[in-house]
Amino acid sequence: MNRRNFIKNSMLFAGTLAAVPSVIFTNKAYAAWPKKSFDIKDLKDSINSVYGHNNLEESSKVKLKAPSIAENGAIVPINVSTTIDNVESIMIFVENNPQPLSSGYQLTELAEPAIGTRLKMGKTSNVMAAVKSGNKVFTSTKEVKVTIGGCGG
Amino acid sequence: MSTIKMRSKESNGVVTVKALIKHPMETGQRKNKKTGDLIPAHYIQEVHSKANGKDVITIYWGPAVSKNPYLTFKYKGNKGDNLEISWVDNQGNKDSKTGKVK
Repeated sequence: MNRRNFIKNSMLFAGTLAAVPSVIFTNKAYAAWPKKSFDIKDLKDSINSVYGHNNLEESSKVKLKAPSIAENGAIVPINVSTTIDNVESIMIFVENNPQPLSSGYQLTELAEPAIGTRLKMGKTSNVMAAVKSGNKVFTSTKEVKVTIGGCGG
Repeated sequence: MSTIKMRSKESNGVVTVKALIKHPMETGQRKNKKTGDLIPAHYIQEVHSKANGKDVITIYWGPAVSKNPYLTFKYKGNKGDNLEISWVDNQGNKDSKTGKVK
C-alpha cells in the first residue's frame, strides 16, 4: 500500500466512524434516547441526524391521519400506518415546532406498522410521517392548521 | 396507583394496544405566569413494550408529545399474552404496568 492510498483509506475509515453516531438511532439496537436529534431546530438537519441522509421518498403507501384544522394545538391526534413491509421505524416531524422531531417509534418484527399519539403544535405546520424500511425512507406530509397554539402558558 | 392505563384487544392475530399515561410533559419552554420563571422540562423520553418477555416496540418521545400522553400500537399476538408497558422520563422517574391481552 503506498502512502497516498493509505491516507485515502484512513480518511474513509474516519468518515465512517463520524457517521456512526447518527446511524445508531435507526439501528435496531435500543440506543439511549437520542438527545441530539430531539434538540435540533431545523427540519432538514433533524432528518439528517436521524437517518444520516436527506433522501426521502413521498409514498402513498404511508397513511398519515391528522386533522386539517386543529382547534387545540395542545392535543393534535396523529395516526400513522403503512402497507410497506419490513418497517424498522416510524418518525413524526412537525416542521414549525421549536424542535421538529416530535417522536420516534422503533418497531420489532412483532409490531405492526401502525401507531398513534397526540402531539403539541405551536402553530400551523406541515406534519410529516417518515417510515424507514431497509435503506429507504418513505414519507407522507399533511398541513395541520392550528387555531390556538399548544405551547403558550 | 399506576400512572398507566392500558387496554388491549386481540382480533385475527393482531393485538391493538391503547394506553394513557398520566404525566405533565412539561416542555421547559413555558413560564410560570406569576414569577416569570421557566418551568423545568419534565417529559417522558422512552416508552417500552414487551409481550411475553419479547420486545414489541421502543418509543422515543420529545417534549412535543401532549400532556397525559395517549399511545396506540399494534402487534402480532394472542389472547392471554402478558403485555408490559414501561416508561422513563428525563428526570429518571419510571413506571410500568403488566396486563393480559383480552
